[in-house]
Amino acid sequence: MIEAPSTASPAASEPPIDELIASNWLYASHITIRFGGLVAVSDVTFSIPPKSIVSLIGPNGAGKTTFFNVITGLYAPSEGRIFFRGADITAVKPHLRAAGGLARTFQNIRLFNLMTAEENVMVAMHSKLKSGMISTVIRTPRQRREEREARDLAHDLLRFVGIGKVAGETARNLSYGDQRRLEVARALALAPKVLLLDEPTAGMNPQESAVFNDFVHRVRDEKDVAILLIEHDMSVVMRVSERITVLDRGEMIAEGSPDEVRNNPRVIEAYLGTSGAEQSRDKS
Amino acid sequence: MVASAPSGVRQQGVSRFVWPIGFVIVIGLLFYFYHNLLPNLQNNVASDITAWLPLSTLNESMVWVIMALGLNVVVGYAGLLDLGYVAFWAIGGYAAGWLMSQPWAYSATFHLLAPPSVTKAQGIHVTFWLVLIVAGFVCAVAGLIIGAPTLRLRGDYLALVTLGFGEMIGQVAKNGNVFGVNLTNGDTGIPVIDPIGTGPLGNIKGIPKQLGAFDDTFKLLVLAALAGVCLFISLRIRDGRLGRAWLAIREDELAASMMGVPVMKAKLAAYATGAFFGGLGGVGFASAITGNVASSRFDFSVSITVLLMVVLGGMGNVWGVTIGAIVLSWINATGLNQLGVQYDQWTGFHVGDKFKQNQYLLFGLVLVLMMLFRPGGFIPEKRTMKLMLTPSRTEAESLGADISEAEAEDDLSVVEEAEHGEVLKK
Repeated sequence: MIEAPSTASPAASEPPIDELIASNWLYASHITIRFGGLVAVSDVTFSIPPKSIVSLIGPNGAGKTTFFNVITGLYAPSEGRIFFRGADITAVKPHLRAAGGLARTFQNIRLFNLMTAEENVMVAMHSKLKSGMISTVIRTPRQRREEREARDLAHDLLRFVGIGKVAGETARNLSYGDQRRLEVARALALAPKVLLLDEPTAGMNPQESAVFNDFVHRVRDEKDVAILLIEHDMSVVMRVSERITVLDRGEMIAEGSPDEVRNNPRVIEAYLGTSGAEQSRDKS
Repeated sequence: MVASAPSGVRQQGVSRFVWPIGFVIVIGLLFYFYHNLLPNLQNNVASDITAWLPLSTLNESMVWVIMALGLNVVVGYAGLLDLGYVAFWAIGGYAAGWLMSQPWAYSATFHLLAPPSVTKAQGIHVTFWLVLIVAGFVCAVAGLIIGAPTLRLRGDYLALVTLGFGEMIGQVAKNGNVFGVNLTNGDTGIPVIDPIGTGPLGNIKGIPKQLGAFDDTFKLLVLAALAGVCLFISLRIRDGRLGRAWLAIREDELAASMMGVPVMKAKLAAYATGAFFGGLGGVGFASAITGNVASSRFDFSVSITVLLMVVLGGMGNVWGVTIGAIVLSWINATGLNQLGVQYDQWTGFHVGDKFKQNQYLLFGLVLVLMMLFRPGGFIPEKRTMKLMLTPSRTEAESLGADISEAEAEDDLSVVEEAEHGEVLKK
């Protein structure tokens, strides 16, 4: 029985906050979110180090998606601050966070269904392109070059995620797996530093999930991003993550390497209930 | 897929030249016909043509095309339901009223490239061509002012607020007095708007120096040129950074903002572009069609008619909207009256004028039928067509087993029927 480091008493050994902000690509400090009287997330501190792959897990209703939405800017936190690459982004609007390199995918795929795969990716380049209304109407050489380069980049990204062949296909006609890949390609078009994947393997079959591990590593290594996963599939989480944070009823109950989290009694209790935890303790 | 990409590019390359040339040829032929042929035709033929397709109706339809294309940017491209589009028609009209009219309640005198008939007259007289640009930008700014607080709303709420703004502008126009300044001259309106000056072109033999009441053929050229510019802008702006952002917002606003699209800014751009077109149409209408600006013209039914043109023509499809605008404005201005007259002639009844009176009943009926049998409009947009004709793959596959079961049953019943048939034959 390995005793996992608990978050209950880390304050003493924590380095100063400036250092944490500077050394992490994303640092969310003491986030609390209340909806009326309900506390959805309570005093959670979370960091994403450069080029890391970290996961956020927890049983249903633990506040994972709420926390995720605070990071992307859909909700403002009731308390706490969020720092992205050294800058305080707590009050920054969602589209500016995205343009600044904080990209996400959606749990239930939200592509622009009637647009082609290529166009979907190009929409995400909006903040990177410069041509305005008048240069679009006149089609200045600069605008045409910019469009051509954007299209080439979109094709590169589609090839990177493995769906280069369907670039001209309408998004809604793609298979489920390809739609998930397209979402990643679209997020990568923002040239992100931090990529947030919300249940990326939901609806995938075991073979697809198995390939997913390599895929995430390839994205991290080749696109130079840090990745945050929210995931239900434990086998995927344990294989892919470098660090796992466990939420339960809005509170962080454990944080550490996959092995540490796997054996943490509070995690087992949260997932299996008290009696389940006792059983598993008996077995080990 | 690999094959379709270059063919798509080639098609685009061809159509880039095909439509402007086609447009110019069609307008040129119409001009030639009305300007050179019609006056020399036999009386009964000529009167039939002027009864069924008078030049004034054709001219008016060009203004409606401009308006419909403007609303199409807002409704068709960006998916924002605007029920108060008449506001921009009114603002464009009054811009013309302020900058190119006989004095009605002021005594300033100012001339800028004014057409010959008014160079000595009192009042503010600016050339039509400059007023067009000014009115376009005034409307675009008005669009931004109206849009900034309203575009945060979604769907039905936005529709209601735009409806309110449309009504407000109409009421302000009717009232006329804004903070003690007579802006619109109330119900009387602004009586005489200057004709269109032709500038240096007027020196060419055969072209009048200004387009007065009897130069409808030349007005057709002017208004068609304006409509052509609007077509050009509509088509081009769709295939760029902004056009993509609009489509994305139409499909999924939240996802668009999560992909770095500044949703408010893009919506405002759509609104301002639509308003700009509205300004062009408003000036064209005031100067070339009516020759005055009257507040009674700017009521809710105009907004609805323009929206109807967009929806019936095919939301988002520039050509569908253009044809929708031409057909509906023809029905409005000539078609119904003429059908009524014809009906009376054939039957001997005197109910022909009822046709025109019940136009909105008819429009409602047509709209219901269209929505039932052709919900994408006359010429649906490529994307909408896809949506209607093919089920979404993920949607269909989420039913997976059920579909294959149903198919299996179908197959079985076919086999049974076949066997049954064979048994019968035996």
